[in-house]
Amino acid sequence: MSISGKAAIVGAAETNELGLIPDKPMIMLHAEAAMNALADAGLTKDDVDAVFTAGLAPYEIAEYMGIVPKYTDGTAVGGSSFVIHVSHAATAIAEGRCEVALITHGESGRSRVGQPPRATDPGGLRGQFEAPWGLPQPVGAYAMACSRHMAQYGTTKEQLAEIAVATRKWALLNPKAFYYGQGELTIEDVFNSPLIAWPFNRHDVCLVTDGGGALVMTSMERARDLKQVPVAVIGAGESHDHAMISQMPDFTSFAARISGKNAMEMAGVTHADIDLAMIYDSFTYTVLVSLEELGFCGKGDGGAFVSGQRTAPGGEFPMNTNGGGLSYTHTGMYGMFALIEGVRQVRQAYVDEGIRQVPNCDIALVHGTGGLLSSAGTVILKREA
Amino acid sequence: MADYNKPLPKPDPITQTYWDSLKAHAMQVQRCNDTGKFFFYPRGISPYTGSTNISWEPVSGRGTVYAFTVIPEPRRAWPGFGPDAPYVVAMVDLEEGNARVMTNLVNVQGDGESVEEKFQHVLDTVKVGLPVKVVYDDVTEDITLAKFEPA
Repeated sequence: MSISGKAAIVGAAETNELGLIPDKPMIMLHAEAAMNALADAGLTKDDVDAVFTAGLAPYEIAEYMGIVPKYTDGTAVGGSSFVIHVSHAATAIAEGRCEVALITHGESGRSRVGQPPRATDPGGLRGQFEAPWGLPQPVGAYAMACSRHMAQYGTTKEQLAEIAVATRKWALLNPKAFYYGQGELTIEDVFNSPLIAWPFNRHDVCLVTDGGGALVMTSMERARDLKQVPVAVIGAGESHDHAMISQMPDFTSFAARISGKNAMEMAGVTHADIDLAMIYDSFTYTVLVSLEELGFCGKGDGGAFVSGQRTAPGGEFPMNTNGGGLSYTHTGMYGMFALIEGVRQVRQAYVDEGIRQVPNCDIALVHGTGGLLSSAGTVILKREA
Repeated sequence: MADYNKPLPKPDPITQTYWDSLKAHAMQVQRCNDTGKFFFYPRGISPYTGSTNISWEPVSGRGTVYAFTVIPEPRRAWPGFGPDAPYVVAMVDLEEGNARVMTNLVNVQGDGESVEEKFQHVLDTVKVGLPVKVVYDDVTEDITLAKFEPA
């Protein structure tokens, strides 16, 4: 049985604010976003019978919100988790295991209020085989991976900077973006920003913010009676091929090659059918390697693909139209925000906002990357008008 | 040595042989006897076959840089590593094949005095593909780390 088109996203929302939220603990960011997404869907928490989350456990979120579900999923593989939750929720709904699924994200990434501490057990594998070397995590891991791509394929820092510059242009169109109203970025600005971990400068690296987001999903039949244009999940794929960066089999290739292929095959679409690509952008390199792995360009051609501001507003390949993790918001596990933007673009929610709306956006690919290029989740969303 | 303030590994019953081999300044890595291929980190089963038909083998300590990053200055360093900046974290492919280790590259800063001069020397010296060899660093009485330097 294919689950393609059997379930739809009917509610999508962020927390009331994004950026610096020192007065709300992590779990409240989940709950606030969840209530906003339910309101967006025209549903209440009492309609929810399935809970999906990462960062905290599903029973913690459900306890806080007063929900007793009949389906629960705490798949936690980093920032891609929420994309994978969409896949799992679509499957559970298609199988009749649940009817209204709530997927929540919240992180006090900047203020770290009510946020579990990051700790490495010296007796664990990372404690033994990575922690002794002082690799700043996660930036150093992605920097190492990028160094290999540069050596192997001739990818340049200018090409990486093109991504940061184009993404900033989208952020200037999004009032919720951290860098909204703060002006364009140039390639020179990226080069002049402080070096964090060679080859990454400050603007190759995502923001660190507080915030949350949530989605509500239900069956396509029920979705048609709700207030929003249903956004069907027509394809989904997931995978991972390592946990620690030191175990990544090939630093220039990751599990997006599997998640993307499977999602597109399930959806029955080709690259030419994709109107919008929302590509997880923890670092500029994350985007470049994802575009290759998802098959939008050939292996090693990612640098050329993003050159000439092709992904900027008005460019031929609209990408990360919310301003991305680089310039809009990045709480730590960004995937939820890529999903929310994909849903809104496919709803054509920005149709009165000029260039912010991708024209005729019927099909979006949303790709999440988790851990240290460790996990991948890809979904294909389609407008069901 | 008593004031070593960086993270130290705590060996477990399966990895203990590796840490003992470093302490003896004679690195050993596991090999899968069914496929003949090495692997790293130490495991209780072969990641190729799932079999426990594995053994510890001495390795040369020579390899090449697979990938690296340079932490340019103390304020970008991981806690405890500030005085080392600019420092290199690298992945090294051991010449025996199929075993890649994370490490710090040492003796790559040159004779410059400023952090900027040292950083430039590091960037001019360290390349993907650079041949390197192991340097054993007895950081405490119990723990020896395997660092690498240009061969």
